[in-house]
Amino acid sequence: MSGITYNDTVVRQFSIMTVVWGIVGMLVGVIIAAQLVWPALNFDTSWLTYSRLRPLHTNAVIFAFGGSGLMATSFYVVQRTCQARLFGTALASFVFWGWTLVIVLAAITLPLGLSQGGEYAELIWPIDLLIAVVWVSYAVVFFGTIMQRKTKHIYVANWFFGAFIIAVALLHIIRSLAIPVSLTESYPLYSGATDAMVQWWYGHNAVGFFLTAGFLGMMYYFVPKQAQRPIYSYRLSIVHFWALISIYMWAGPHHLHYTALPDWIQSVGAAFSVILLAPSWGGMINGIMTLSGAWQKLRTDPILKFLIVSLSFYGMSTFEGPMMAIKSVNALSHYTEWTIGHVHSGALGWVAMITIGSLYYLIPKLFGKNEMHSIKLIELHFWVATVGIVLYVTSMWIAGVMQGLMWGAINADGTLTYSFVESLLRMIPFYIIRLLGGLMFLIGMLIMAYNVYKTTQGAEPSRILVPQTI
Amino acid sequence: MTLFWSLIVDLVILLNIVACYWLIKWVAKPRKIEAKQGEPTGHVWDGDLTELNNPMPRWWLYMFYITIVWGLIYLIVYPGFSSYSGVFNWSSEKAYKEEVADAAETYGPIFSRFSSTDIKTLSKDPAAIKVGQRLFVNYCSQCHGSDAGGSRGFPNLTDQDWIWGGSPEAIHQSILNGRTATMPAWAAVIKPQQIGYIVDYLLSLNGKEHKATDAQRGQVLFASYCAACHQADGRGNPLLGAPNLADDIWLYGGSRAKINQSIAQGRQGQMPANKHFLGEDKVHILAAYVYSLSQQSQ
Repeated sequence: MSGITYNDTVVRQFSIMTVVWGIVGMLVGVIIAAQLVWPALNFDTSWLTYSRLRPLHTNAVIFAFGGSGLMATSFYVVQRTCQARLFGTALASFVFWGWTLVIVLAAITLPLGLSQGGEYAELIWPIDLLIAVVWVSYAVVFFGTIMQRKTKHIYVANWFFGAFIIAVALLHIIRSLAIPVSLTESYPLYSGATDAMVQWWYGHNAVGFFLTAGFLGMMYYFVPKQAQRPIYSYRLSIVHFWALISIYMWAGPHHLHYTALPDWIQSVGAAFSVILLAPSWGGMINGIMTLSGAWQKLRTDPILKFLIVSLSFYGMSTFEGPMMAIKSVNALSHYTEWTIGHVHSGALGWVAMITIGSLYYLIPKLFGKNEMHSIKLIELHFWVATVGIVLYVTSMWIAGVMQGLMWGAINADGTLTYSFVESLLRMIPFYIIRLLGGLMFLIGMLIMAYNVYKTTQGAEPSRILVPQTI
Repeated sequence: MTLFWSLIVDLVILLNIVACYWLIKWVAKPRKIEAKQGEPTGHVWDGDLTELNNPMPRWWLYMFYITIVWGLIYLIVYPGFSSYSGVFNWSSEKAYKEEVADAAETYGPIFSRFSSTDIKTLSKDPAAIKVGQRLFVNYCSQCHGSDAGGSRGFPNLTDQDWIWGGSPEAIHQSILNGRTATMPAWAAVIKPQQIGYIVDYLLSLNGKEHKATDAQRGQVLFASYCAACHQADGRGNPLLGAPNLADDIWLYGGSRAKINQSIAQGRQGQMPANKHFLGEDKVHILAAYVYSLSQQSQ
């Protein structure tokens, strides 16, 4: 074979690691869910305590599983839709090994209790620096490829991947500004309410750009590919893209309702969160309407099932989010399990399902196969995962609303009806259902790992030529 | 924030919202050189990826408009801009103060009706005890436990062992004005071996396993270092908050190692003052409730 080939090596590496990190991150999630039911499961060992494993769980699923999935798909999609080999073969390789090193370092430092304390921004400053270098390299590879494209227009998936890459660089660097005092310790540049605001500007946009824009990029390639249908509306793509990325930036303060944050900033957070509803739904509409006309395929194609269910969960959580950002709803929902339910309807329902669906499309192609080893196992994975999410989310909804109502209930003399412990005891049945739901989702990932192993076993990595004609 | 920056931020907020409206209008405009509605745009990627020239769904656009209008109204009604305090001059601080004042007015009489009865009598009044228990569960159980049984560092309030005195007045004082207990750290003054002797003496006072010769040495050291607060017989002094060391009740643990740690490194106890937080009336009822707990166990 002669001519220029696509760089699928790095895509293969990231794809396989997405499955691996998914299992690791979700396993830790199952462990801490079990600890909430049986606290003795930390075995009085510091590095097995909930407080240390919880950030490990969030970092592993967001940045290791989600991040690897996004890097795998963005590197694949940008090459195919630009008809160009990935810019900088060595740099792309550095992105893979650098990112993997970040994850390994996180998995060592977080259980040791080394943390900066900011949610989703726990990692200590030397790792933060490494992330910045890897992320900028990622941006160079991605945009370098865009610059070398042979197609005239930039495909919509790349708008979303591009926005995600630029925004995350900005968010990560600004949130992580700190003054180091030792190799493992540092003090943030901001203090008090400012620090809280920077934290949730970062935290919410991590959701907005990492977990929404990035995965919309994934959606915009794999949904039309798998459904073999055109994107429903070009105009809708444009409007919801620009509206989404600009409105999201203001929505962070809703994480700080009823705190010392100035009232007007809380108002801005609430108003922009509600305005965010339509731009968020634009992506869901475009995805679902792209599938329309191919509905009959849903009966036989479990990959499409993953994709359509992910879009449904996306629509549901992006409706739920703005509602929870309204202050009077937030008064009930904040600090309760409802938030946990909301996050997981997004993280499992949207992020994980779209990633899994995309990987089932992608992996056979990367190893020169027509399809996965077993379609039946994909089908099984789909049902186990979907039932798992439903158990998880509904149990946390009920638990959260109950918790909020119990905390707010008052007696005739103005005292609280329930002590905290009473509300905690009432949570236990729901914690058990949640554990079961999480366990099912993890089992689904194990089924996937087996299927991926059988598909790739003995397979030759495919070498695909970049087509020269447009 | 200076007025200049306030206005810049406010302007950007407004522009962002207005820009969404403009964006919709601009994108929705028909173009001359475009494909017909519902037809492919003509762009193709990766062999078969195309997109249709469909209009944005009308219901979706209406939803977008409604949220934009709602957002603008919200920002105007509530303080939505940095240099602006809203149509009704609403603020969370004022809302909080109003709620607290309302609560004081509504619930105040429920608590104040007990304030003229003395604590001892009140401790036998089932109505007062019921209110007292609720207050206790709300405000005290976080440290002392919902059964008032205490935990390490937080005293049991149901027994007869009172660090600061168990009379109704003493309990009332502890809740109203708080208590600060300080056991100094002796490591810099007393040698480790000698601290060990004192521990043996304390174990002997409590009838626990100890070395008799070491305990004798410890008794001498105790007299010179500890007796000033804990008294010569080790039975403590409630005026100073010095606990009784001879009743085998240990706030910070009664093992050899824990007692050693208490002497060497000291202990800091802090009961917060509730005078301004809960007010006299509630503290009065709480004192009666806590007093009743120790009366039951007698």
